Amino acid sequence: MNQDYDAAIIGAGVVGCAIARRLTLDGARVVVLEKGADILDGASKANSAILHTGFDAPEGSLELACVQEGYREYEALHAQMNLPLDRCGALVLAWTDEQEARLPALIAQAQANAVTDVELLSRDRVLTLEPNLNPALRAGFRVPRESLIDPWSAPHGYLLQALLNGAELRRSCEVTGGSFDGSQWTLTTSQGPVSAGRVVNAAGNYGDLIDKMLLGRTDFRIRPRKGQFLVYDKTAAALARHILLPVPTDKTKGIVVCRTIWGNLLVGPTAEDQDDRVTASLEEATLRMLEQKGAEILPALAGEEITTIYAGLRPACEFKDYQIREHAENMITVGAIRSTGLSAALGIAAHVGRMIGATAPLASPAVPRMAMLAEERTRDWQLAGNEGMLCHCERVTLREAKAALTGPLAPHSFAGFKRRTRAAMGRCQGFYCGQAVQGLLDKAGADRG
Amino acid sequence: MADVDVIIVGAGPAGLSAATELKRLGVARVLVLDREAAAGGIPRHCLHSPYGMREWHRVMFGPAYARRLTDEAQAAGAEIRCRTTVTALRPGGKVEVSTPDGLQVLQGRAVLLATGARETSRAARLVGGTKPGGVMNTATLQGFAAFADHLPFRRPVIVGTELVSFSAMITCLTHGARPVAMIDAGPGPTARAIMTLAPRMLGIPLRFGTKIAAIHGRSRVDGITVEAPEGPQDIACDGVVFTGGFRPENALLRTSALQVDPGSLGPSIDQYGRLSDPAYFAAGNVLHAIETAGWCWDEGRKVARTIDAALHGALPPRAEVGIRTEGAAIKYALPQVISPVGETPPAFDRMQLRLTRPYSGDVGIGGTSHRIDSRPERRILLPLPLSGQGA
Repeated sequence: MNQDYDAAIIGAGVVGCAIARRLTLDGARVVVLEKGADILDGASKANSAILHTGFDAPEGSLELACVQEGYREYEALHAQMNLPLDRCGALVLAWTDEQEARLPALIAQAQANAVTDVELLSRDRVLTLEPNLNPALRAGFRVPRESLIDPWSAPHGYLLQALLNGAELRRSCEVTGGSFDGSQWTLTTSQGPVSAGRVVNAAGNYGDLIDKMLLGRTDFRIRPRKGQFLVYDKTAAALARHILLPVPTDKTKGIVVCRTIWGNLLVGPTAEDQDDRVTASLEEATLRMLEQKGAEILPALAGEEITTIYAGLRPACEFKDYQIREHAENMITVGAIRSTGLSAALGIAAHVGRMIGATAPLASPAVPRMAMLAEERTRDWQLAGNEGMLCHCERVTLREAKAALTGPLAPHSFAGFKRRTRAAMGRCQGFYCGQAVQGLLDKAGADRG
Repeated sequence: MADVDVIIVGAGPAGLSAATELKRLGVARVLVLDREAAAGGIPRHCLHSPYGMREWHRVMFGPAYARRLTDEAQAAGAEIRCRTTVTALRPGGKVEVSTPDGLQVLQGRAVLLATGARETSRAARLVGGTKPGGVMNTATLQGFAAFADHLPFRRPVIVGTELVSFSAMITCLTHGARPVAMIDAGPGPTARAIMTLAPRMLGIPLRFGTKIAAIHGRSRVDGITVEAPEGPQDIACDGVVFTGGFRPENALLRTSALQVDPGSLGPSIDQYGRLSDPAYFAAGNVLHAIETAGWCWDEGRKVARTIDAALHGALPPRAEVGIRTEGAAIKYALPQVISPVGETPPAFDRMQLRLTRPYSGDVGIGGTSHRIDSRPERRILLPLPLSGQGA
């Protein structure tokens, strides 16, 4: 039997999308198998939308290497793919004596991680940079290159580039088993068999289960870590220019307060270990805690309106570092991409690409230009021929909506449509446009969730 | 930059009645802007009565009422532009708008804000659980009923017992859905007790002291958990309608330099309906969020008269004699500022008060005391302390 593909990638999260792009550009015939109705529907759907420098990653870790390589590649490709990059910088803030005492060690770690432009700041300097901060803070340091990006247009762009250059995507396609005959894999899926020379397991919260199913063994065990977030309305974004980070702990980067590139302000995530891999439920008491935490950092936040709440599961395991390894059975596992997946995705993809080796790199691959939704850039509602506004809160035009419903990566679910356009994501949460959006999707047959 | 006499932001009852009145008073160019595809505002998709009692002494359904308001404004000579979203309010009555043709700037001698209100979303209420489809506000429910002729659920729970909650109940019943319960965290209905007759007669359980704690389900709702007096309980349902909790649609205001009342979340106005920038006026639910269409219609008409006076230079200057409220039970008092009294009668001749919690007792205004017995979301009207001019 002829193999259909050089590589089958299991999982279309941000990591799977980036790997699909890398392997396609390296000349491989790639298929991406996603069990969700649409892509980015697992761990990738909830993160803090930051492009990290790796200043606080463990020295010498694979995570650090991937974050930094990913950062460099994003910087190099964002302009041609029309992806936003807001170089706002981050402030790491100490609120107690104990936290203040840890700042020099964190700065030393940043230096060791080759993030050399960090600077220790007095309380007064921090307050000059961010006058809305609670004056109770003690000190801080600035990491100038920490940046904001669009957590959805980036992975959409990665996968779209793969698709434009010959890769295939199958959605609602769950891998149910597979066998390796010594030279190729035959995967059984909910859409029939798929044969491929190699399998890449990028299954996120299911990474260990896929390993067990296909290899009969796994080197790690995923225990999802839940993160809950609050998102505030546009007026709150004026309260802070920088990404506001706490002094991290061993387990988590802690609760972040930062703008989004869409001009909102988010507070989160929590770090709550759980066994459930499916459901990330929100809890009112935790959300109230985040609300209070946010107002402790930025007192003016107390009067701001909450636009949305969300929770996600990040694939944590018993090890701190990423679990990326090549198996004898022509399979690569990319597991436990715990919290820096968005920053590291392109670096992880490059790492995987080197493990496989480029066969016939494409000489002049097609490059997609993504829809720009960043608030400070010119948006479609400012331009002629936009066909009117569909979503007033996020100012999404009908022309943008229609464009999002076409092409090889058109959405297959309401949530997928929202991720591509931001329609119904704003302060009214669909009060005005909810029914119109559903009507548009029904007409396009785009809601298969 | 196109110049007009009065730009009205929002073609709901307040905006349309103001437009009609301004034309009747002889104002040359009155332009009404609305971001929706058709004029009429919220009543457009309220398929129930009664509308029109205050205006025309007859009982009408929402869509017919919205059409009549629109027709009257157009017949009077106002221009109504739909699919036109105001994106910024600049000082002195300069307004930026997004249209299908892109960004434009309009200059009005006066601008009336009549942007209305919306309900508080599930997110802003911080309700826990998952985020399945089938969770919405009343307006979205009515959008489905009016424009899609089917509802996305059959057995929803209705959260809230305001007037609009019963409207949501009727919309469900007339469109093939039967609410499994109406719940409210308070000890009794927010609307007047007579409203609870309908669900009681129809056998729809009304549960007070019952707070929604979590929503369950993956793609669709399959139930909710409530905190009830007898402890936590699960209720099987396939949808949740969060009703009421109206708040002014104030996004434009909050990104402008105009003063906002932190209590009402609407603009701070004087008794003429005039904002901190005297080129701007406001009327309708952007001020108080919760009133009926008829009340908003009346306010629109009255503020139109003070705008006309302003265009003729007949309004006294806006002064910053702020009304200060004391007492935890007071959410806000409207108007927020008293300007000097002149020839023009005020648009707001009484003080509108709203409460944060049920209160029975005295309220002092200046030297006089008034007895009230009321609860949140109810309108309280008291004499406005205007020197030399009464109500």
